[in-house]
Amino acid sequence: MNQNLSTAAQRSPSAIATNKVLRNTYMLLSLTLLFSGFTAAISMMMNMPPMTYLISVIGAMVIAMFVLPRFANSPAGIGIVFLITGLLGFGLGPMLTMYASLPNGGNIITLSLAGTGAIFMGLSAYVLTTRKDFSFLGGFLMVGFLLVLLAALANIFLQIPAMSLMISAVVIMIMSGFILYDTSRIIHGGETNYVLATIGLYMTIFNIFISLLQILGIMGNDD
Amino acid sequence: MEWMQIISALALVMFIVVLFPATRNMIKNSPKGSSSDWMSFMIPIAAVILFIVLLIKLV
Repeated sequence: MNQNLSTAAQRSPSAIATNKVLRNTYMLLSLTLLFSGFTAAISMMMNMPPMTYLISVIGAMVIAMFVLPRFANSPAGIGIVFLITGLLGFGLGPMLTMYASLPNGGNIITLSLAGTGAIFMGLSAYVLTTRKDFSFLGGFLMVGFLLVLLAALANIFLQIPAMSLMISAVVIMIMSGFILYDTSRIIHGGETNYVLATIGLYMTIFNIFISLLQILGIMGNDD
Repeated sequence: MEWMQIISALALVMFIVVLFPATRNMIKNSPKGSSSDWMSFMIPIAAVILFIVLLIKLV
């Protein structure tokens, strides 16, 4: 019994640290999602032009790739996460305005939002209850993501609607894999920085939402 | 809106170039998954596919 107690005592600091990272990640993720919703609403009220999406996404990506890693271990990192997620939310405004103007638009947006939430919560619950280690997915997911980016690059010029639908479907699969991978990394101590963990999970949620909007938008107006 | 296509393409190329070294690194350093590991990945992904089909039927 003494041996069990000493093992538990040895494990507890890392378990507490992991739980702290997980709790902080979910807390920051909730706040950033609310903030994105707020900036999206502002963008819709301001009736921003469609190019806002492109500018916001490029701006957010540049900040996420080149600025955030330098400040990830300082309190400024939290402010940068809000800047990135606020920008992405603001970029969503024109897209949401466009979908809302469709005959079935309100239903498409609501289903996409609810669907994204259900996918994220379901996959997170799956990892948290099974506690499986999905670190083996890293290379596979990154290769898949690069291939999707190449396909999206080709489709900018080819403009094939079926390919666009296929890309959206594959993006949802890959982002679902990233939810499993990222959550597993947090609970197994592979990610100890909640700022980076939050931005990773936020990007998966953002991409799933956009892709679901596209799929439901195309399938919902096919009559 | 041709300039928007060009900017989108340039942004994607930049993104691919930045991600490429990280991808190569992850392929080298990722542990290999067993068949049961891959099965535990395929089950939730299949559930996601079924869920999307359900959403399409609802819309």
